[in-house]
Amino acid sequence: MSNNLLKNFINKPYKYGFNTNIKTEKIKKGLNTEIIYLISEKKKESKSILKFRLKAFNCWLRINEPKWAYLTYKKPNYQNISYYSGPNKQKIFSNIEPELVNVLSKLDISPNEKKNLAIDFIFDSISIGTSFQNTLAKSGVIFCSISEAIKYYPFLIKTYLGVVIPSGDNFFTALNSSIFTDGSFCYIPKDIKCPLELATYFRINDKESGQFERTLIISEDNSKINYLEGCTAAKYDKNQLHAAIVELIALNNAFIKYSTVQNWYAGDILGNGGIYNFVTKRGLCSGIQSKISWNQIETGSKITWKYPSCILSGKASKGEFYSVALTKNNQQADTGTKMIHIGEETCSHIISKGISNDNSKNSYRGLVKIGLKALKARNYSQCDSLLLNNNSSSNTFPYIQVQNASSHVEHEASTSKINEEQIFYFLQRGISLDYAINLIINGFCRDVFSQLPLEFVLEANQLLNFT
Amino acid sequence: MLEIKNLEVSINKIEVLKGINLKINSGEIHAIMGPNGSGKSTLAKVLAGHPSYSITSGEILFEGKNINKLSPEQKAHKGIFLVFQYPVEIPGVNNEEFLRTAFNLKKKFNKQQETNPITFFDILKKKLKAADLTIDFLNRNVNEGFSGGEKKKNEILQMNLLDPKLSILDEVDSGLDIDALVNLSKTINNFINKNKSLIVITHYPKLLDYIKPDFIHILYNGKIIITDNILLAKKIEKNGYEWLINKTL
Repeated sequence: MSNNLLKNFINKPYKYGFNTNIKTEKIKKGLNTEIIYLISEKKKESKSILKFRLKAFNCWLRINEPKWAYLTYKKPNYQNISYYSGPNKQKIFSNIEPELVNVLSKLDISPNEKKNLAIDFIFDSISIGTSFQNTLAKSGVIFCSISEAIKYYPFLIKTYLGVVIPSGDNFFTALNSSIFTDGSFCYIPKDIKCPLELATYFRINDKESGQFERTLIISEDNSKINYLEGCTAAKYDKNQLHAAIVELIALNNAFIKYSTVQNWYAGDILGNGGIYNFVTKRGLCSGIQSKISWNQIETGSKITWKYPSCILSGKASKGEFYSVALTKNNQQADTGTKMIHIGEETCSHIISKGISNDNSKNSYRGLVKIGLKALKARNYSQCDSLLLNNNSSSNTFPYIQVQNASSHVEHEASTSKINEEQIFYFLQRGISLDYAINLIINGFCRDVFSQLPLEFVLEANQLLNFT
Repeated sequence: MLEIKNLEVSINKIEVLKGINLKINSGEIHAIMGPNGSGKSTLAKVLAGHPSYSITSGEILFEGKNINKLSPEQKAHKGIFLVFQYPVEIPGVNNEEFLRTAFNLKKKFNKQQETNPITFFDILKKKLKAADLTIDFLNRNVNEGFSGGEKKKNEILQMNLLDPKLSILDEVDSGLDIDALVNLSKTINNFINKNKSLIVITHYPKLLDYIKPDFIHILYNGKIIITDNILLAKKIEKNGYEWLINKTL
């Protein structure tokens, strides 16, 4: 009984699948040094960035695509993608094409309505505009596209770009580092608590390109920032590639909270189309008592390969990872985190909740590594899976490495399935199936939802709501 | 209130109820007894609309209307309540939220205004006391980690709260010590009135000392073989079911 009914509730139509017909500038398909020169020239970049790109490209040619993830997919043809596509650049939100204004309101991120949120809007390969820049500048906060940062803040870029994630880290970081087009840049100066929440909305509209953005956030001593990221994509029957890099740096006593609602197009019921999402996100807690918290709601993408991680090198620094991943139809997700404890008294906390339905595969993969010098380090991990039917699968791959005897590591995991008797119990009390599933899923995800910023609570509820 | 006519039911194509006839008026208490495997729990589940069972023939009338094809939640909204023999644990779902959702969905079905959480809490507090439960019970998850006694109290609390017309008590005495049984019976006796009907399913005649039925039906092999008054329970207590079955068949 429950299986068939559940199917209808989970398969709500994708709300953001519309595409926007707009004049775009697109370069020819393929990936080679000529293309890299072309992108760099378009962006009027300095020689050092071009060098950075070319070095990464050489690296990419020598690295193999990773095969260890529990994912099966047809390798993208990297020469059949256009690596740059975007509307002609417009500087400010008030002066953009009506078509794009339309997109903003359809995505419910119109800057006029969001009063406490500064937004950077990235459309395919280009940042369309960033709101509240002047307000933020009064506190010394820099919030702009990475292209602008490269132009106007070369010193910060030179100091921090590629420091947390070297371009040769893996196949996809090398790919991104060679052809990244845009992304967001945030700099919070010493002793500043960022007066607004910052957000970047990523939109993939083009059928044959993809998105290769990189984001860099630097939080100086005693500063604090709450950053939000949303992603949606137009619906096509072909797959598009999204290979991004996010680097965070938290100095002494700084706190970065990074929250994502990932809602890329996931493909249709038969498995056609959908985004291939290969993302490397990593934060460095380099100072004393610095803290990075990753929060994610993953509901989209055909393929998800994503492990937001923390390198805890500062003494008593703290890393957190709170995640809900929902997979349906033929989606496959291999997601989790890495907590690398280097400094003394470092501390990490992992809560991962996986929900799977239909024929989907949902895996948690996590590494907790406690180094020789990370004395008195602590970690707590909890990984729970909820299966909604018989055909979906759920896996947990925890890797734990401890190199000293004074540390404390805990790992808890559970797998459960909603069974017919539970559903009947709800029904007999007059609670219909959709309400029952909502109560179950909300209860299952409570620990993660309670961490989400207010701005996202409503959105997360809508995404996981079946009534 | 309830009329069952020639009801035949099967599960996985095996016939388990073979022609049940039963009529229950408002304000009546009917006990259904019988040995293990006679079909007592099946009858309870069928009345509540469990999807594993299919009605192959006959009809169930509730307040004069055929409810054979109603879904379990429709039956619940109309006022049929099943006290489960083994209430299932639902991890992660908060008790208070569960109760409030059930309460408000019934209101919605009856086209009444929903009750806000604060007013609801006041209503609930009184019902908790009647069911001999404390407020911290609300912070726990539905039936998770409950003792046998707590599970049964929770069932009776829900019955009290949702105020059904017809309640079916499936082995409400199982897993209860004598003190708990006396208390629970008191709550049930306070709940019933001339507008409510009760079906009490049990193996043991002992329960019927506390909840006094107007009629006793003996179910054997998917059929009601005898209907009598409370004195029948005493005879069964003394002589067992086999004596009765041999005498009747």
